[in-house]
Amino acid sequence: MASTAAPHKLSADDLRGDRGRRRTEALMRLLFLGAATLSVVITALIILAIVGEAWNFISQVDLAALWSGGWFPRRGMFDIPTILAGTLVVAGIGMLVAVPLGLGAAIYLAEYASRRARALLKPILEVLAAVPSIVLGYFALQWISPNIMQTVCLGGSAVFNMGAAGLAVGVLVTPLIASVAEDAMYAVPGSLREASYGLGARKRTTSLRIVVPAAVSGIVAALIIGFSRAIGETMIVAIAAGGTGGSLFSLDPCGQGQTMTAAMTALATGSDQVRGSDLAYPSLFFVGLLLFASTLVLNVISERFVRSVRLKY
Amino acid sequence: MPESGEDVSVRTKEEIAPSGETLVHEAPRIRLMTDQAVDEAEQFAPGASEQSVAMPIEDGKVVFELQSLSCYYGSFRAVKEISLRVPHNQITAVIGPSGCGKSTLLRSFNRMNDLIDGARITGQILYHGVDLYADGVDPVEVRRRIGMVFQKPNPFPKSIYDNVAFGPRVAGFRGRMGELVEESLRRAALWDEVKDKLKSPGTELSGGQQQRLCIARAIAVEPDVILMDEPCSSLDPIATLKIEELMHELKQNYTIVIVTHNMQQAARASDLTAFLTMGPDRAGYLVEMAPTQKLFTSPDNRLTEDYITGRFG
Amino acid sequence: MTDITATSNVSAEIVRARISGRRMDIGGRIFEGLLLLALALSLAVLLTLLVDVVSRGIGVYAERGIDVITAPLSSDPAKAGIGQGLFGSIALMLIVAATAFPIGIGAAIYLEEYARDTTFTRFVTANIRNLAGVPSIVYGLLGLAVFVVALRAITGPESQGRSILAGGLTLAILVLPIVIITTSEALRAVPSGIREAAYGVGATRWQTVRSHVIPYAAPGILTGTILSMARAFGETAPLIMVGGAVSFLNTGDRGLVETLQGKYTTVPTSIFQWVQEPRREFIELSAAGIIALLVTILLVNGLAIILRNRYARKW
Repeated sequence: MASTAAPHKLSADDLRGDRGRRRTEALMRLLFLGAATLSVVITALIILAIVGEAWNFISQVDLAALWSGGWFPRRGMFDIPTILAGTLVVAGIGMLVAVPLGLGAAIYLAEYASRRARALLKPILEVLAAVPSIVLGYFALQWISPNIMQTVCLGGSAVFNMGAAGLAVGVLVTPLIASVAEDAMYAVPGSLREASYGLGARKRTTSLRIVVPAAVSGIVAALIIGFSRAIGETMIVAIAAGGTGGSLFSLDPCGQGQTMTAAMTALATGSDQVRGSDLAYPSLFFVGLLLFASTLVLNVISERFVRSVRLKY
Repeated sequence: MPESGEDVSVRTKEEIAPSGETLVHEAPRIRLMTDQAVDEAEQFAPGASEQSVAMPIEDGKVVFELQSLSCYYGSFRAVKEISLRVPHNQITAVIGPSGCGKSTLLRSFNRMNDLIDGARITGQILYHGVDLYADGVDPVEVRRRIGMVFQKPNPFPKSIYDNVAFGPRVAGFRGRMGELVEESLRRAALWDEVKDKLKSPGTELSGGQQQRLCIARAIAVEPDVILMDEPCSSLDPIATLKIEELMHELKQNYTIVIVTHNMQQAARASDLTAFLTMGPDRAGYLVEMAPTQKLFTSPDNRLTEDYITGRFG
Repeated sequence: MTDITATSNVSAEIVRARISGRRMDIGGRIFEGLLLLALALSLAVLLTLLVDVVSRGIGVYAERGIDVITAPLSSDPAKAGIGQGLFGSIALMLIVAATAFPIGIGAAIYLEEYARDTTFTRFVTANIRNLAGVPSIVYGLLGLAVFVVALRAITGPESQGRSILAGGLTLAILVLPIVIITTSEALRAVPSGIREAAYGVGATRWQTVRSHVIPYAAPGILTGTILSMARAFGETAPLIMVGGAVSFLNTGDRGLVETLQGKYTTVPTSIFQWVQEPRREFIELSAAGIIALLVTILLVNGLAIILRNRYARKW
């Protein structure tokens, strides 16, 4: 410590600091930097691992197999449109459910609910968000399929169908959309609302014409995030959508189908050794690459939207 | 004017040895020059004279000498070419309108600006003749010798004892901590009020007490300088007065530099005052620095007079 | 003159009527009703789910009691239970805690306290955000390629790499971005005045972080890590990739290393097995398993929330 005692001539060396302490500082900094760099390493590994095997697949496979009317890996049929269609049908139905429910809940919580109501309802939504997808998969198979799909589908539905999976995905994604959209609307400054009320506008008008447009970036981000989640969902479709063993190209929600994610689980569990069959293992990574690429693109786009929200306020 | 000003303000390390003789011997000559400088300055429009003139220090040592100090945040220059001297064991006040760089200037004394990305300086700050920004100077060491009290009292969320003990602990103090804590609290005129509750949280004290706790905390590392950045701006008048009285006692042992918004406070409490203002390029520069009595009763510069009489700022 | 007064009288009438009349904002009411309906539907779904699960699963508990929790996997539904699954899940959580938490918290400390605003920093931050949005099954692929195949020697030569170690590490990587993000938020919430005060008194960066920033942010960090554990507990997809789904598991007596390198199952994986069986007994069993799963997750989430509320003080 410095001393204020008698005439003490300060020299530059006094300000040099303690060697040992500086070494510790440098070490700690390096340690933390290492941890942060690890995240980059992980991404690199993901890309390397997936691209490597995916390339393996593409180079070996007969390209005709990628357009063969159905996804039957054991038979060497790797029809991409089948799994894409399955993914889009399930995700699409999911969004049909999640968007109105999620946005509706969000607008209600952000604009209408009293403080007490909000304090009660938000945690309940958080509980819904915490339900693991396997539980919703069970729900899709055991409740949605017999109770809803059977009634809704003309001529009854198969036990395993994309519709049940889609609805369950919708339930899964609703709290996610609700939460992100609600955050965006809550962040709209109160002064905007006050200005609107001050002009004599009603609550509905204010909500729809002022708040929602002001929060639109965040809301769009919510939708994109929700869609990305819906595409990447695995357990629900693995349990309820059918398609184990293979599936023909289908857009019919009342029947079974195959999504990218379910195709991957089927490949992993279908045979005891995923490595066994020549193309099965690499095809797993090929589908994984498709999935990774599409969700990455979606997430990057949603990032742009979220960032423009932050810039505004 | 530039010549005479330069002679006084830009001096080499050797010439400003911290011994009283040189300066006392210089004093009359300096005063003469200032009169001359003032005459010349009056020929220009107010604000045109941006060359700062180091002010006379009648006796005692110089603690800080600034030589053409400019402070930048990235490419924005916040403080422009300030040259001045801060004397030992006196209270030097820095006043000026909002945004003119007073805080930036103060924080450059203890290298707190280092914590801001993109902050840098040109020019020199000599502390007891040693260049504070030289290579190899450890800012941590600097801050143990040059303490700081902030605008908003910021006690740690720990006990009063631990608040005061933290600085010495990290500095490796091995002596009797209890005694050091008591001594520091006494010097900060807080001991009597807290001696029975040293274990209670620092944050439970009143605003004025918290600020005195922060002063005690700064004192505990035994600095020779205490920098105060508008320390009373969030306190009530009674607490403010207590701190001003405290400053008066403190200056027997410490050199104090205080930035304040409050002209009356500067007039009441300080020995020297430096007046900064913002130029057309939004950089702060030194207009005038003089013994407080003089600055407030018969300032040399028109701008100073305008500010003091409330015509602007 | 008279014209003006006449006009003002008329307007006064109208105003009085408008202000004191009943506001029949039908459109608004309907709108609000719709919103409430949306919210209610979401909650109704949750309720239906719970009712279905409980009604089907509670019978199993009624019959067999605690045996459901302790029994190992078995091909006979009357004897099977989540015992091994619980063991596996807990083991996985421990591995996740031991690896992901230190690394994640360290990375967050770097980003919030040490890093300057450079391209590298921005790249790392963006990268972490992207990783958080990657579907969990992709992490399973990563785990498969790296831990099961490439690092087989470490993760389990006997079990062909499909071991608890591989599963745990895979989950750790999955959870890492979430830990980093929640820890970063907790660190950012520390008021800058505290850091300034510490630096001002001559503390180094590490001293400041260790003595002030981390203790202050600790409740937030803890909450974040607990929530991420809850999330990892319910994960199934990546574990399927990495080999956790087995129908029958003979654990016997195994040492620590053997256990880490051996085959395993988890609670959700066990449920996954049972759900796929058409027999009613298995469906009921899976419902019972789900009850256990939900209770655990709810308890853990509740714990995190209680901790968060308890420590969200007035500092």
